[in-house]
Amino acid sequence: MKTGSNRYDVCVIGAGVCGANIARRLSAYELDVALVDKEADVSFGTSKANSGIVHGGFHHNKKYLKARLELQGMMMFDRLQQELDFPFKRCGIVVAALHEDEMRAIEQLYMQGVDNGVIGIEMCSRERMLELEPKLNPDTLGGLWVPGGGIVEPYRFVFALVESARKNGVEIMTGFKVEHAARAGDEWTVRAADGRVVKARYVVNAAGLYADEVSRAFGAEEFEIKPRKGEYYLLDRLTKAKPERVIFPVPTSVSKGMLVIPTVEGTVLIGPTAEAVDDKADLATTREQLEKILSSARAMVPSVSEYDVITSFAGLRPTLEEDFYIEPSAKAPALIQVAGIQSPGLTASPAIGEYVKDLLKKEGLRLSEKSDYDPFVGKRPHVKDLTPYEVDKLAQADPAYANMICRCEKVSEAEIVQAIRAGHTTLDGIKYFTRAQMGRCQGGFCTYKIIKIIMRETGLSWDEITKNGDGSRILKDAL
Amino acid sequence: MKDLTFDSVVIGGGAAGMAAALELDRAGFSCAIVEREEALGGILTQCIHNGFGLIEFNEELSGPEFAEKIEERLAGTGITSFTGATVMELDASGDIKTLYCYTGAHGVMRLSARVVVLAMGCRERNRGNIRIPGDRPAGVYTAGLAQRLVNIEGFVPGKDVVIIGSGDIGLIMARRMSWIGCKVHAVVEILPYPSGLTRNIVQCLHDFGIPLYLSHLTTNIVGRERVEGVEITPIENGATRYDKAFTIPCDTVLLSVGLVPENELSKMAGVELNPMTNGPVADSMLMTNVPGVFACGNVLHVHDLVDYVVEEARRAGAHAARWLKGERPKAEARVKAGPNVRYCAPSRVDLHAANKLYMRTLIVKNDATLEVKVNNRVVKSVKKNHIQPSEMIAVELGPKDLEFAVGAPDPVVELSIS
Repeated sequence: MKTGSNRYDVCVIGAGVCGANIARRLSAYELDVALVDKEADVSFGTSKANSGIVHGGFHHNKKYLKARLELQGMMMFDRLQQELDFPFKRCGIVVAALHEDEMRAIEQLYMQGVDNGVIGIEMCSRERMLELEPKLNPDTLGGLWVPGGGIVEPYRFVFALVESARKNGVEIMTGFKVEHAARAGDEWTVRAADGRVVKARYVVNAAGLYADEVSRAFGAEEFEIKPRKGEYYLLDRLTKAKPERVIFPVPTSVSKGMLVIPTVEGTVLIGPTAEAVDDKADLATTREQLEKILSSARAMVPSVSEYDVITSFAGLRPTLEEDFYIEPSAKAPALIQVAGIQSPGLTASPAIGEYVKDLLKKEGLRLSEKSDYDPFVGKRPHVKDLTPYEVDKLAQADPAYANMICRCEKVSEAEIVQAIRAGHTTLDGIKYFTRAQMGRCQGGFCTYKIIKIIMRETGLSWDEITKNGDGSRILKDAL
Repeated sequence: MKDLTFDSVVIGGGAAGMAAALELDRAGFSCAIVEREEALGGILTQCIHNGFGLIEFNEELSGPEFAEKIEERLAGTGITSFTGATVMELDASGDIKTLYCYTGAHGVMRLSARVVVLAMGCRERNRGNIRIPGDRPAGVYTAGLAQRLVNIEGFVPGKDVVIIGSGDIGLIMARRMSWIGCKVHAVVEILPYPSGLTRNIVQCLHDFGIPLYLSHLTTNIVGRERVEGVEITPIENGATRYDKAFTIPCDTVLLSVGLVPENELSKMAGVELNPMTNGPVADSMLMTNVPGVFACGNVLHVHDLVDYVVEEARRAGAHAARWLKGERPKAEARVKAGPNVRYCAPSRVDLHAANKLYMRTLIVKNDATLEVKVNNRVVKSVKKNHIQPSEMIAVELGPKDLEFAVGAPDPVVELSIS
């Protein structure tokens, strides 16, 4: 563990799902690693707003790096879940064909899946599809079944990776917006907008939407990340439209289409749209796109109702070219570019961690295994998943386990406090960590309670409480 | 685990829960109130404006005063109140109902009772429910959350405010925010008429010069980190005129776009809900389809005034006590919402008793007629000077009104407005 010094072996820029996987993988070795992110908390970029799918490995031809990393990554989730205790479930994926001409595409996907070595992939009749997923439109003609596909809560995955990395010595710096980098000798000096400096022998650029700007700051390759927006609706857990499997339409040339996703935590997500935008901070939802989601979701699952909508949101895919761009920079020394990681980036991310570790080794980084590396993070009890007897037992040691703060998602005071102690001190950070404010009342009842707990636990004053960072202060004045 | 048995348990310690518990206690049954907040009183505790109690107490009180006056009646009774206690599980399938209450002070408690009264109140609809597109910045709150922050926590959520929806809480908050020095730039209502009570339009908007935009749809919320403005679009002759959309700059959006009964526990208990009210389908004793489970107040249907809530809850408590004594209605008729009626609660009447129903109309009208038909025969016709959806209508039906229904197979009482 580093203390006091700002010199590192590796600095990973961007604490999204790629950066977090890379940093955690490196934490198994005798290395000093820094993981920096410009946002107030980790996972606040693309990793917080996406479909949360562990893909099935049939969407892309394995000539692409992204297909190979997807196939490798999807196999790594079971072990990661055992180590890191994040919400993940292999519920399986169905691809539903609603028109005769789509059956041909299904056949092609099936062949590609078989060629990629996808386990258990199956071409299905209408009857088989409806048996696998009774919520499907009865007019479904047939489709594809991929039992190994699954769902994950992406931010919880990142939080767990970061926690594990931190436990194994990685230093996390948030609010660290890389502005300038200079190389002297065999060391990069990376300066943040607020003046903080990190020195590192190797740098990994996993800055997501901003990977182009970071590359520029290092005098490396010139490229342009183009954001492509995806909008979503979230439906209440009591909706009748909750499927058992992830439901995909037949993909188009530009996107995998809009899905109906039963989230691990019991709500239903529908979306995403796919629309090129100019602005990397444009997370606004639009009437036109949201309408598209409802009609597309209804085509597959007719019971989808607008009355079940509890919120809408948008995420941005960092698009660059057809394939992932994961290579050592040809222009800047000791810099690994990890850019253009759009779908299936989340699925591939554990394999990206592995891949980048190997690239660093090829670039000369010495890897020697840590004797005290501990891949496990402690399991945290969630009141939502426990019986009253189990909660009562926990409450004997810590009464806060039986003090309910968020009743929609069944989150206790103890869980809020744990989120804060794990470094999540914004309302959104606490939301992603605990699910409090994420349910049907969307924080109507618990926001004030959470504000008070943050103030009590951190000593922050009312005017320092934010939604997700500096500009998003919640309160304007005190009486 | 602490294990306690009562004759009855009331879920929710607001006005409804307290009023129902008092009746059960008065009839000699032991009763526990379970309240998730740290104090009794429910949402009244944050409603520091006046206008409460004109019917119940013949005087105008603030919300906390009203709650206190009801709570005073608990003193000296045998009612046990658990505050800071959230019912997380409810099994009402057997004769003895089981409730698991999670409390910060006593861990998990298991309560057993023969009767459960649902009095959980309602919650506010939010931005997602009405699907306002746009950015997702800080500064968007439900009016009730803002009211809590200002009136109890002592914080000001924002300075330049636009209120979406003209529900009563929004109107009250327009005035409240003005009083603490904020500028309320507009109240925006999608319908051609206000959703709140007329007196609140006058006292909270007109008196403060706050513009009310009727027939305007909120089409966008703007602001990356904190709210910067709200785009609203006029609706003319049923068409949304996107070409006439305009943006009102502000740093805060308060939503007052309707209330929904909080029936998650009811669903857990297997209670059938009425899709028009989102509350339980109740019989003439205000009992749900689950024997021994009663409902009253805003969890049954959203009321205008707490005075009506208390009146209804008192009936529910008294009925629950009668039910515990083994009394059952001899004959009931179904209640049907006829033309221009959105809903009636409860859904059944007792043919041999005095019944009180609350209903809401779908239309705004002067000189309207409320008609009651029993098996298609008009038995009652009442003139109303003015009706509107935001003002609840009470209807009383006694054995005389219902005599045609006695002995008829599947008798129906239909309420209509013309």
